[in-house]
Amino acid sequence: MSLVLEKLMVTLPRADRPLFEVSLRVEPGQVASVMGPSGVGKSTLLDAVGGHLAPGFRCAGRVWLEGRDVTHLPAEARRIGLMFQEALLFPHLSVGDNLAFGLSPAVKGRAARRAAVATALERAGLAGMEGRDPATLSGGQRARAALMRTLLADPAALLLDEPFSRLDTGLRAEMRAFTFAHIAERGIPALMVTHDPEDATAAAGPVLRLSATGT
Amino acid sequence: MRLATLAALPLTLALASPALADWQATLDAAKGQTVYWNAWGGDDRTNAFIQWVGQETERLYGVKVELVKLTDTAEAVTRVIAEKAAGQDSGGSVDLIWINGPNFLAMKEQGLLHGPFTADLPNAKYVDLSGAAPAAVDFTVPVEGMESPWRLAKFVFVHDSARVAEPPRNMAAFVDWAAAHPGRMTHPDPSNFMGATFLKQALIELAPDPAVLQQPVTDATFEATTAPLWAWYDALRPNLWRGGATFPENQSVQQQLLNDGEVDIAMSFDPASTAAAIEQGLLPETARVFVPEGGTIGNVSFVAIPYNAAHAAGAEVVANFLLDPATQGHMQNIEVLGSFSVLDPAKLDDAGRAAFTALPTAPALPQLEDLGPTLLEPHASWMTRLTGEWARRYTK
Amino acid sequence: MSDGRGLRGLVLLIVGTGLLAPILAGLAETASAAFGHLPALGFDGWSLTAWHALAAEPGLATSLRLTLVTGLGATALSVVLAMGAVAALAGRVPAARGMRALAPFLAVPHAAMAIGLAFLLAPSGWIARGLAPLMGWALPPDLASVNDPWGLALILGLLVKEVPFLMLVTWSALGQIDAGRQMAAGRALGYAPAAIWAKVLLPQLWPLVRLPVAVALAYALSVVDMAIILGPSNPPVLAVALTRWFFDPDPARILPAAAGALVQAAIVALGLVLLWAAELLAHGLGRRWVRAGGRRAFGPGLAAVLVGGLLTLATLALLALAVWSLAWRWSFPQLLPESWSLKFWLASGRWGAALGMTLWLAMASAALSVALAILWLEAEDRGQRTRARWAEALIYLPLILPQIAFLYGLNVVALRAGLSGHPGAVIWAQAIFVFPYVMIALTAPWRALDPRLSRAAAALGAGPWRRLVRVKLPVLLRPILTAAAIGVAVSVAQYLPTLFLGAGRVTTLTTEAVTLSSSSDRRVVAVYASLQALVPFVAYALAALLPAWVHRNRRDLAGAVPA
Repeated sequence: MSLVLEKLMVTLPRADRPLFEVSLRVEPGQVASVMGPSGVGKSTLLDAVGGHLAPGFRCAGRVWLEGRDVTHLPAEARRIGLMFQEALLFPHLSVGDNLAFGLSPAVKGRAARRAAVATALERAGLAGMEGRDPATLSGGQRARAALMRTLLADPAALLLDEPFSRLDTGLRAEMRAFTFAHIAERGIPALMVTHDPEDATAAAGPVLRLSATGT
Repeated sequence: MRLATLAALPLTLALASPALADWQATLDAAKGQTVYWNAWGGDDRTNAFIQWVGQETERLYGVKVELVKLTDTAEAVTRVIAEKAAGQDSGGSVDLIWINGPNFLAMKEQGLLHGPFTADLPNAKYVDLSGAAPAAVDFTVPVEGMESPWRLAKFVFVHDSARVAEPPRNMAAFVDWAAAHPGRMTHPDPSNFMGATFLKQALIELAPDPAVLQQPVTDATFEATTAPLWAWYDALRPNLWRGGATFPENQSVQQQLLNDGEVDIAMSFDPASTAAAIEQGLLPETARVFVPEGGTIGNVSFVAIPYNAAHAAGAEVVANFLLDPATQGHMQNIEVLGSFSVLDPAKLDDAGRAAFTALPTAPALPQLEDLGPTLLEPHASWMTRLTGEWARRYTK
Repeated sequence: MSDGRGLRGLVLLIVGTGLLAPILAGLAETASAAFGHLPALGFDGWSLTAWHALAAEPGLATSLRLTLVTGLGATALSVVLAMGAVAALAGRVPAARGMRALAPFLAVPHAAMAIGLAFLLAPSGWIARGLAPLMGWALPPDLASVNDPWGLALILGLLVKEVPFLMLVTWSALGQIDAGRQMAAGRALGYAPAAIWAKVLLPQLWPLVRLPVAVALAYALSVVDMAIILGPSNPPVLAVALTRWFFDPDPARILPAAAGALVQAAIVALGLVLLWAAELLAHGLGRRWVRAGGRRAFGPGLAAVLVGGLLTLATLALLALAVWSLAWRWSFPQLLPESWSLKFWLASGRWGAALGMTLWLAMASAALSVALAILWLEAEDRGQRTRARWAEALIYLPLILPQIAFLYGLNVVALRAGLSGHPGAVIWAQAIFVFPYVMIALTAPWRALDPRLSRAAAALGAGPWRRLVRVKLPVLLRPILTAAAIGVAVSVAQYLPTLFLGAGRVTTLTTEAVTLSSSSDRRVVAVYASLQALVPFVAYALAALLPAWVHRNRRDLAGAVPA
């Protein structure tokens, strides 16, 4: 099921013109890239899609996901996962509890939930690290754990905010492949903000260029 | 235990006498009550005694006592007034007040007291409540059963005999003594009752006609009677501690000054307090009591019950327990409180008298005969005028 | 995302009814008594009786003068010393370590500190005992070194408490401006560090510390407990005189007391105007000084030495409390007690109830305040709005308004509602003063929390309450507990709210310590004051240890506050 942005416009507080107007369709398994100079509103676009806009930001147009109009739903009801530059695991929870926090409540029963977390960790090359303090993981481990946490929530779409920019070159390629493979396997649409043309090339999906005058 | 038997005595009597049948009703109503006893909390031994009273009344009558410590008795009076102001005419927060003098007068005049109740207390039979007996008038104001006596107070001075061999012999002599020992003597602030008593003690000695002090004050009598007092005080004040510009807040603070050696003379309303303080490590072993030749002011401390007290029955039970000979004997014990009894020795039976025999003694504890005659408190209106005038003259 | 309108409404309702309404109602009752309307005492209708009575009070002019001299003097000195000392120390001592060293002095309640200082400064105190052999004193000198008619001992007492407070505030404000690089830039231009402080950093710091200075000023102008213990007594400062009149046996004195309470409020207002005028004046003069281009300035070194002296006094004062609490006989001029005793500590039957009540009031008022602060901040988060100026003013209102101006009236209201004398009423009255400090302490760390944590949780399907409870609160555990500990310390220190609303039935360590400070037994007072000082210490220690233990296996949280 696809993610559709229909004449999506965001206007900043006290501004009279919208920052941008975007129409875009991202098919299941596809990764669309959003590129453009700093300050043009790339992250604001992700916020609008994910439901993280601050009040005062005016949003027009529509966001469709799996045929549902999610434009006015709160973030937690949209089923749109979010990946940041930094992995941003919750610092007070162990690695396993971070994943369990994400794990969809549809998975019931303590044993089943524990097994789901264990499987996800194994797939991320983190087998047996349930009890670890997230602060003790390496950058790559953290990024993989964060992706697993996001996927365990069973999202219908994924937003990636410069997900690989903090990783060094070798790790970046590996992580890119790991992330895109999972997106393809899940068959969900993804929207990625990036500065790195290699990201867009590897994603092989539609590319949206935001410019200061709007699209 | 003798105490228990004695305390149980009124109980047996109550069942026998029809007049005291009401008392049984009071006891029944009191059972399970907690009496909030508002009392000046500056004296530890008194606080401990009140706690003991609470333990005993709980054991004997099921009446608990909660001591509400006050910096000044007036706090409790204010509280009752505030409650009346707010229309709280029952269920008030104050059940029993340690009171006398102007505070009693103020509450009596404004109808803030419960009673008369004193004559109904079974143990009232041990007290002389007739005419002008010390327990029947409070600062010349007739008690009329609106408060019940519990301890005897007599004004005394305290000195450290190691530092002052010859204390002043009368109030007039304080001027010369202070001139010879500048900065070594003071008195509590007259806004405090002990400071006011110091002035009254001098007033009684210096007044041209002390008899007018027993009448309510008028402008004319005040002017004429206090003129010698102010002349005396003006001569004394420059040689007081800190030049007479600052005064200790109360007699406890002054006692501490005596203990520290900051002053040589302190004062108390309790002749036994010096011996007690020595035992507590609060005064040097050489501290002794002295009184001016003409005698000193004496009065009786009372307990009163506010008109809106939530636990008036319990408060009456406590007031009655305080008049029990066993209680009074315990109170007079120097190791407990050392306060002289308010009971009339002539009215005591053998068992009652036994409570007072063989009480321990101490070198700093004066005998009753050492304390000289007891002078009557002036009418309460004098104290108010006196302290007001003092504030006007010396608070700049 | 939910905009939290419902939550904001709830917070406004709680703050309005629980905090603002009582203050306004109390003020109204006080004002109505001040203008002669006190039907309960037979004063009906409006009159100026109260004002005439106030004017006739002996020593009123002296009281007013003392209030202004001690309040303004102590605050001006505190500001100068605190700023100077931070200027001298900031480059040399790491901020975190400096602030940690100051915290204990902040934790000690005013009454306990005042009692300790009195033990130290009195003519028979520790200092005089130390000097006795040199001066040949066999008896204490007849010097008014406490309760002096000029209020110097009171000023010193206020300094000991306010300087650490203002230093802490200044030091943490320093972290918000880029002090290090500005200092480097200034020195490269040939300016001495003290001159850079005065000309460059101070003007930037001032807006950040202005409100805390105003709080300190309002406090110094209306302090009661410390003024009872250290201040002049004949006559005392206005706030103490008012407290005496409110509790006078002659009920008619409530009238001048109520009028005086309004005067007290006016004095604080005057103090704030003077503060503002001083700021304008300093601004004008400072500009001229900056343009003159002088490279030198002096003072910080001296200020640091003086502050060192103050903190030494404070430490000795606390030590004096401990020694007195263990003494049996300790006569002048002995430096240490002649005999020792544990009797007063062992007599827990005497202080146990007061300690229990103190803990209960402190925990309840701190918990209520923390809960309300969390709701307030969460409501701000959900609305993602900055705090309106009126809301900020509302938080500071109870700290600026003199307590005596509305506590009498508040108690009249409580009496009508049948609440006076109930611990609940005291908890409520204390929370009015605890909440602002908790709110101020929690706001900065709350806002510093990475907002993406909450977004990440939302993207994982967590609703607003789950985000609050599962993510924000655990991550903010340390600052929340610190705020709670501050709340406990503030509650323990409260004197007037307990006195007025407790109707004498609610005794705490503080009311006992202040009452006993005018008794004859320093040893008992010392036990109460030591306990009073210990409770906040324990609260701070728990606030530091508990999160460290809970997060012992979480490297990012075990250390400092998460940024």
